[in-house]
Amino acid sequence: MAEPERTRTKAEEALAQHFAELSGDDPIRDMRTTAFDAFIEKGLPNRRVEDWKYTDLRRLMTDAPAPAEPVNPERARDLVDQADIFADIDRARIVFVNGYFVPPLSDLSGVEDALDFASLGRFLNGGGALLERSEQVDPGEAPVYALNSAFVRDGAVIRIREGAKLTKPLEICTVFAGNGPGLQTLRHQVTVGDGAEAVILQSYVGPDGVGYHTNVVSDIRIGKGAKVKWVKAQEEGDQALHLGLLLPRVEADAVFDPFFFAAGSAVARSEIRMIFDGEGATSGIRGATIARGRQHLDTTLIVDHAVPECVSQEFFKAAIDDEARGVFQGRINVWPHAQKTEGKMMSQALLLSENAEFSNKPELEIFADDVVCGHGATCGQIDEEMLFFMRSRGVPADEAERLLVHAFLAEAIEEIAHDDVVAALEARTRRWLSLGGEVR
Amino acid sequence: MPAVQETIEQVKQIDVDKYKYGFETLIESDRAPKGLDESTVRFISAKKGEPEWMTEWRLEAYRRWLTMKEPSWARVKYPKIDYQDLYYYSAPKSMSGPNSLDEVDPEILATYEKLGIPLKEQEILAGVRKADEPSSLDEDSGTPPSGSGGRQVAVDAVFDSVSVATTFKKELAKAGVIFMPISEAIREYPDLVRKYLGSVVPVTDNFFATLNSAVFSDGSFVYVPKGVRCPMELSTYFRINERNTGQFERTLIIADEGAYVSYLEGCTAPMRDENQLHAAVVELVALDDAEIKYSTVQNWYPGDKDGKGGVYNFVTKRGDCRGKNSKISWTQVETGSAITWKYPSCILRGDNSEGEFYSIAISNGHQQIDSGTKMIHLGKNTKSRIISKGISAGNSNNTYRGLVSAHRKASGARNFTQCDSLLIGENCGAHTVPYIESKNAGAIFEHEATTSKISDDQMFYCQQRGMSEEEAVALIVNGFAREVIQKLPMEFMAETQRLIGISLEGSVG
Repeated sequence: MAEPERTRTKAEEALAQHFAELSGDDPIRDMRTTAFDAFIEKGLPNRRVEDWKYTDLRRLMTDAPAPAEPVNPERARDLVDQADIFADIDRARIVFVNGYFVPPLSDLSGVEDALDFASLGRFLNGGGALLERSEQVDPGEAPVYALNSAFVRDGAVIRIREGAKLTKPLEICTVFAGNGPGLQTLRHQVTVGDGAEAVILQSYVGPDGVGYHTNVVSDIRIGKGAKVKWVKAQEEGDQALHLGLLLPRVEADAVFDPFFFAAGSAVARSEIRMIFDGEGATSGIRGATIARGRQHLDTTLIVDHAVPECVSQEFFKAAIDDEARGVFQGRINVWPHAQKTEGKMMSQALLLSENAEFSNKPELEIFADDVVCGHGATCGQIDEEMLFFMRSRGVPADEAERLLVHAFLAEAIEEIAHDDVVAALEARTRRWLSLGGEVR
Repeated sequence: MPAVQETIEQVKQIDVDKYKYGFETLIESDRAPKGLDESTVRFISAKKGEPEWMTEWRLEAYRRWLTMKEPSWARVKYPKIDYQDLYYYSAPKSMSGPNSLDEVDPEILATYEKLGIPLKEQEILAGVRKADEPSSLDEDSGTPPSGSGGRQVAVDAVFDSVSVATTFKKELAKAGVIFMPISEAIREYPDLVRKYLGSVVPVTDNFFATLNSAVFSDGSFVYVPKGVRCPMELSTYFRINERNTGQFERTLIIADEGAYVSYLEGCTAPMRDENQLHAAVVELVALDDAEIKYSTVQNWYPGDKDGKGGVYNFVTKRGDCRGKNSKISWTQVETGSAITWKYPSCILRGDNSEGEFYSIAISNGHQQIDSGTKMIHLGKNTKSRIISKGISAGNSNNTYRGLVSAHRKASGARNFTQCDSLLIGENCGAHTVPYIESKNAGAIFEHEATTSKISDDQMFYCQQRGMSEEEAVALIVNGFAREVIQKLPMEFMAETQRLIGISLEGSVG
């Protein structure tokens, strides 16, 4: 059906202009144009688009900054060190600043033997074959993906060798270092060989008060029998807009456990579209969201059980304060013939203030009969009786509330089952709680 | 559980009785020309002898409808409906008072018989006598005829689009309850109708509701005055009879302060090839301390085993708990129709008001059901409960779609939702799409959903004790849905258990 002529929003106009200004001799210009055309035809998603019902980008994204420029690595070093979420963990590090790989800040010692790494930027100059491998998304239906293809500059291309075990976690660190607005667009491609084991961390940090945008797509393949923990910690600056899309394809008997920790940015959406590609795989998809002020944090997941005998467990917690808004959308699709599927999804939200909001949409779409699927969702405030119990034992009200919120979130964080990472995220949670305003 | 035995017997009969209510009554009818334009709307309004304001109300709805698009968000697929290829009004002709049942059009009597309406009530429905006149059929004259099981049920049979007759009028009048076809109410109680009609489902609400507002032919009107507990269950039978006529029912129920009413709606439709459109609107208004209980058994023709034919059921049902401490309870058993698009909802406006939704939705063959509810918490300390049981078999798709929302002022709102789906066979689909939106920290929402198949252990246990596969399935499904079955009025409980058996025919083995 032909839609009536639509006037572009300010952000769409800006995006079109930035796209037009991209250099003309780009070897993947055609691919970028196809992607951008797919995006601009529909424009930014709004609340009438079912998947974006609660996160209306047409309203929330008021402007679009121009792609950011690379910065001097030495200038970035301080920033990278300051905002180090996983500082206490012995890990290998791949650092991106303003969307560009920064070799002097990166360190792969200790894991070089287990993996191959190259920056995507190098491949882009030789053509975009690598960019086209994601089958999970139709650019016309995935605005984040289309914009990513149009503007992508760099990213990490990682191949973990078959049977290799990473001796320490590998962090992909993304830092925005500009004083003014800018757009950083990254595409990571991670292939985990059969039987390999790895803990991969993704961190996002940036300055407060700067309206920068981050767009990151992570395209991941988990080989047969591989075991991977993938932890994303999003602590972008308070004016930032963060759009993340994780696209894992999980092969037979693999164990893939992603975790989303969301605390930063003004507006953020972390989306995962996962597909089980081989029988016997399992995945625990979990997350903790903390929001205050006027933050809008969205977690959206689509899990496709395309083959039989896979197990997925989704467990999400959110604590929303002030006038912030939390969104959880989760859909488990069980394809025809994907018998013996197990899917269990739970989303729990705690509203800490009178004006906090939470929207929950857990969906099941099931086309096979021999399955055990379920979901649960709760939303409410701190249990008065628990609070009373603690206060009657001499714990001050604000501390009691902090303890309860921490315990609530820790339930999800502890599921990561990696002591150092759990400790790091719990510390971030405690910090967040201590910065909180007065108790109601 | 004798009722389960009944189900089993019903399943046994299936070979000879595929669709029990698939008969077609051949009686003359008086109908509007095919198609829809302003003149059709005026024709309907004139036929009903409606006042000017009502005609205008309809025309306004019609003009609005022209600008609207058919909704496409539901998980249902059907060929495009040609709204100009339908008859919008059809009334049975044989309505002049016969002297005895012998003179009544035998086709009508046969219809009632198949519907299971007691003979004495048939007399009244057919216009042989008034409800308060003694019946020639028995000796104990003077007492009003009783409904099934000794309980009193007043029936307002909507035969195609016109209420043929209304029973128990006097009994109800004594209590001050108004129960009559809405077309009559528009003439007799224009102020009451005007005050409430469209106040819950606005004329502009949605494509199908707006179409209904323009062309509704008849339906029931109930008004229960202050402090009155309606002395009997009110009931209607909806039937779609005439070929190619859309059925556009309009029901309006108002329970004034402290009133209580229970309303039963039973639906069956004749078997035919072409798809039929049904776009009803039901509005409930509960004022302070009032309670309305609305129960439905919907068993319209679901189409044949290849998915040909069947009723399109696009219904807008909404209750408004307008007063404080009011309560509205929806109970539905959906086994029929090729396509069901139906979301009985509650607007919990009054403080401490309560909404309930109990549903069994069974789909088999090529049926498509997209049904659920909306609980909109506006007032303080409002409560709602949703229990939905979906059973899909054959090649059908069964979707629960529901919204629970708490607005800024709805502190102390409470919701509990449980929706369970059962899958029988590997070609069907079961989907759950809940929306849970909280804008108040003091609201507590809990939602739980499960999807599974009948467990092998349960089947083995039943079969090992000598039950056939189909008997076992009927037993297990009845058990699965028992929480909802128990909420049904007596009259519907037995029928429902039978229907579950019939509906799942051919789903196993």
